[in-house]
Amino acid sequence: MSQNNATKMVPLPTDVIIPERDLGKQPVLDIRNLGIDFGGLTAVDGFTLTVGKTEIAGLIGPNGAGKTTIFNLLTNVYQPTRGSILLQGIDTKGMTTAQVNRMGIARTFQNIRLFGGMSVIDNVKVGLHNSIKCSALSSILHTPHYYKTEKAARARCLELLDFMGMADMAQYQAGSLPYGAQRRLEIVRALATKPAIILLDEPAAGMNPSETAELMDHIRRIRDEFEIAVMLIEHDMNLVMGVCEGIAVLNYGKIIAKGTPEQICNNPAVIEAYLGKKGAADHASEG
Amino acid sequence: MRLWKSKTSRQNIITLAAVIIVFSAVFFMNQGGMLSSSLSGQLVPICVYIIMALSLNLTVGILGELSLGHAGFMSIGAFSGVLAVTSLGQAIGNPLLLMIAAILIGGVLAAIFGFLIGIPVLRLRGDYLAIVTLAFGEIIKNVLNCLYVTIDPDGLHAAMFSGAKLPGKFIINGPQGATVPEKLSNFGIGFVLVIIVMLIIMNFVHSKEGRAIKAIRDNPIAAESVGLNITSYKMKAFVISAAMAGMAGVLFAMNYSAIEAKKFNFNTSISVLVMVVLGGMGSLRGSIVAAIVLTILPELLRGFDDYRMLIYAIVLILVMILNSNQRFLQFKITLKKKITAMFRKKEAAKK
Ligand SMILES: Nc1ncnc2c1ncn2[C@@H]1O[C@H](COP(=O)(O)OP(=O)(O)OP(=O)(O)O)[C@@H](O)[C@H]1O
Ligand SMILES: [Mg+2]
Repeated sequence: MSQNNATKMVPLPTDVIIPERDLGKQPVLDIRNLGIDFGGLTAVDGFTLTVGKTEIAGLIGPNGAGKTTIFNLLTNVYQPTRGSILLQGIDTKGMTTAQVNRMGIARTFQNIRLFGGMSVIDNVKVGLHNSIKCSALSSILHTPHYYKTEKAARARCLELLDFMGMADMAQYQAGSLPYGAQRRLEIVRALATKPAIILLDEPAAGMNPSETAELMDHIRRIRDEFEIAVMLIEHDMNLVMGVCEGIAVLNYGKIIAKGTPEQICNNPAVIEAYLGKKGAADHASEG
Repeated sequence: MRLWKSKTSRQNIITLAAVIIVFSAVFFMNQGGMLSSSLSGQLVPICVYIIMALSLNLTVGILGELSLGHAGFMSIGAFSGVLAVTSLGQAIGNPLLLMIAAILIGGVLAAIFGFLIGIPVLRLRGDYLAIVTLAFGEIIKNVLNCLYVTIDPDGLHAAMFSGAKLPGKFIINGPQGATVPEKLSNFGIGFVLVIIVMLIIMNFVHSKEGRAIKAIRDNPIAAESVGLNITSYKMKAFVISAAMAGMAGVLFAMNYSAIEAKKFNFNTSISVLVMVVLGGMGSLRGSIVAAIVLTILPELLRGFDDYRMLIYAIVLILVMILNSNQRFLQFKITLKKKITAMFRKKEAAKK
C-alpha cells in the first residue's frame, strides 16, 4: 500500500549504510518497518534503519515529522503499532523504558528533563544508580561498604562531568544552570547509565555557535572514547552535516531519504521537504 | 547559577544532636519528678506523633505522594501489638524484650498492608494513593470495630460479629476496643524509637535509594529513562513509611490500658498531615517541632477542642496558599537574607 502512493519517494537503497569499521559487527540498532498511529493520525510509518556499533547517525526532518516520536518508540515510551526494534540483536518488545535503558539505550530530551531540585553531581549519580552495588539495608545502616560505593560513585561522576567540561559545576543546583550546561548535563547523565547507544534530541537547541562547535567535538569524543553509537535529531544543519556519518530524513512520518551527508545535501526530495516545491525549484535554478 | 544547598546533611546531624540533648534533659527532669503530671503524661504521645509525622513526611514530603490514611497503619500496629503482647506475654518474661517484639510485629504487619495497597496503586500516576489510603483508613477502622478476639490456653479465637460465643478472655472486644495487658511504653523506649526512625530516614534519603526517590519526584519520565523502576522505589519508601506508622501505633497502644479503633480515624490522619505540612514538606526538623507543638497545644487549649479540626483546616489552606505564592516565597528569602546579614554585622562589630 505505502509503496503505491509514494510517488515522490526516491528509491531507498536496499543495502544497509553503516560505516566501514562497523561492517561485520552486530549493529546496535536494527529497526524494521516501525510505525505508530495516534488515533487516526499515522505519526510514523515504515521506518527502517540500521545503526552501526560506533556510528554517528542523524535523524532530520521538518517540524512535526515524527522524529521525537521515533525516540519515544525506541525507548518504549510508546508501544509501536507495527514493526520491531532489535537492540544488539534482542527484540525490545514489551520491555519497560527502564529495562530498555538497562539494555543499552540512553537518551536526552528535546524539552530538557533534569532533576532540577537536585545538585549537578546528584543528577549524574542517579544516572549511575544501577551500577552502584549497595543493598538497601547497607544504605540504611551506612555500612563501610556504603561509604566505599558512594566514594567510587562520586569519583566516577566527577570524571564524567569533567569529560563534558562541567566538573566545576558539580555542586550547583541543576535547574539553575544556563541552558547549554543543562543540555550537556543531560548528556552526562545519559552516559552514566553505560549505554550502547545514546539518543540526543536536538542537543544544540538554544546553544550559541561556539557552544555548538564544542558540542560537535564532544559528540565525536563520546563515540571515540566510550566506543558507542550516537543517534541525534537536530535542526542545525552545520552540526548534522559536520558529525553524522549516515543521515535519515523524515517527512510526515516516513523516511524520504537515507545516505551520507553529501547524498542528503543534493537529494531533491529532501530539498523539497524543507523548502517546499517552489523553494526547491528556485534552489535548483540558483544551483 | 545557584549553589546547591548541601547543608542538609549537616542540618540533619544538628537536628539529631538537638533531639538527643532536649530528650535527655526532659528524660532526667521526668525521672527527677520535675515535670507537671500532664506534661509527663504527654511524653509518649509526643514520641508517637513525632514518629508518625516523620513517617508521613517520607511519603508526602520526600516521595511526593499523598497518604490520607496514615492512622490506618497506626491502628494495625496498635492492635497487632496488643495481640502480640497478650499472646507472647507468657513466653517472653522480660517487658523490654516483649515490647521490642511487639514493635517489630506491629511494624511488619503495617508494612505488609502498605505493600498490598501499593501493588495496585503505586503503578498509577496521579492522586490515586490519596483516595485509596483514605478508604483504607476508614475500612480498617470499621473492620477493627467489629472484630472480636479472645485468648485461652488453646490460643487465639476470632470472630467478626458480636453474638459469637468465643472461649476464653477477650483481648479485642468490638467497639469497646482492645485491652492492653500491661503498660509497656515509657518515654525511654519512645526516645530510642524516635532516634532510630530519624536515623533510618536520614540514611535512607542520603543513599542511592533516596536519590532515586527524589529523582522520581522531580521528573518521573527522566527517572525511567535512566533505568529506574519507578514503582519499586515508590514501594520501598511507602512500605518503610507504613512500617514506621505501625511501630508508632504499638508505642501508642502500650501507653494505655485500653484502645479503641475509632481513635485512629480520619481526624488523626489529618492531624499528622497538618504536622508535616506545617513543619515543611521534606523537612525532618520541621516535622519534629510541629509534632511536639501540635501534640501539646490541644491539651493546653482544652476549651477549643470543638474548633480544633476547623482551625487545622484553615491553617492547612493558608499554608498551601502562602507556599504557592511567589511573592510570599520571595519575601521569605529576602527576610532570611536580612536576618543573616544582621547577625553577620553584629559578629563583625564584636570583632
Ligand atoms: N502522544 C501523542 N499523541 C498524539 N499525537 C502525537 C503524540 N506525540 C506526537 N504526536 C504527533 O506526532 C507528530 C510528530 O511529532 P514529533 O514530536 O515526533 O515531531 P518532531 O519531528 O519531533 O518535531 P519537532 O522538530 O517540532 O520536534 C506530530 O503531529 C504530533 O502532534
Ligand atoms: Mg521533536
